[in-house]
Amino acid sequence: MASTIRVRATSSGETTEVQALIQHPMDTGLVKDPKGELIPPHFIQQLTFEYDGKNVFLADWGPAVSKDPYVKFSFKGGKKGDDLKISWVDNKGASDTTTAKIQ
Amino acid sequence: MTITNDGSAATRRLILKGAGAVALVGLGNTAFVFAPALAAANDKYPEEAFKQKADADAIKALYGKTAEPSDKVKLDAPEIAENGAVVPVSVSSSLPDVASISIFVSENPNALAASYKIPAGTLPNVANRLKMAKTTNVIAIVEAGGKLYSTSKEIKVTVGGCGG
Repeated sequence: MASTIRVRATSSGETTEVQALIQHPMDTGLVKDPKGELIPPHFIQQLTFEYDGKNVFLADWGPAVSKDPYVKFSFKGGKKGDDLKISWVDNKGASDTTTAKIQ
Repeated sequence: MTITNDGSAATRRLILKGAGAVALVGLGNTAFVFAPALAAANDKYPEEAFKQKADADAIKALYGKTAEPSDKVKLDAPEIAENGAVVPVSVSSSLPDVASISIFVSENPNALAASYKIPAGTLPNVANRLKMAKTTNVIAIVEAGGKLYSTSKEIKVTVGGCGG
C-alpha cells in the first residue's frame, strides 16, 4: 500500500517550502451515510514535520479540516537532499509516517 | 509540480502498526501514551479547545486569554466560497517571535478548525483548506511574544460543507 502522505519540499537556499497532501476521510461525525446512519468522526488530530531531529511544524487539527488535507508552510534552512520526516496520528489511533527528500 | 512518494513508508507503517498492537495487547493503557508520543513528544493535542462550540470559548480554552485586533495578521480567503467543504484559507503575519497560528470558523459546530505551532526558524505563514457549514466569520489568531493578535473576515458560503 502506498503512503497516505505526499510531500513536496523545495529549498530556495535560505528557506524550504513544504507542501503536504494526505489521504484521509476527515469525517466530522455529523454526516449521514446513504442508509441514514451517522458516519462516526474520523479525522487526523496531529501532524508533525521533523527536520534534523527537530520539529519544524506541528498541526493540531479538528474535523473542520477538509477531506484529504493540504497544508503549506516554510522554514529557514533545510538543505537539498536532506530528509524531512512527516507523521500523522488520527482520533482512532491510526498513524502514518513518511520521509521526503528536500529538492 | 512534482510530488515525491517514499516507497519504504509501507514497511515502516507495518512496523509501527505492529508496535501499536503489542502495546494494546500487552500493556493496555500504555497505548494511550504511545499514540501521541508518535506524533509529538511534548505537544499535547488540545482536546478541550476543539470541543468548544463558540469561538470565544475555544480561544479561551486554547490560549487562556483574549486577542487584540491587529493589522499585522493577514488572513487570505475567498469572499465567496462556492463549496463549503473545501475553502482555501491562509494566514501570515509580520509580527516577530510568532509561536502559533490558529484558525476559528465561528459558525461551525465547533469553532476551532486548526492550530499550528510555529517553532523558532519556521516562518509565520501557513495555508490549508477548511470546511465551513454556512456563511461565517473566520478568525485568525497569531500568538507572538506571549500576546494574541487577531483578524477576521466574513466568508459567504453557497453550499455548506459540514453535511446535514
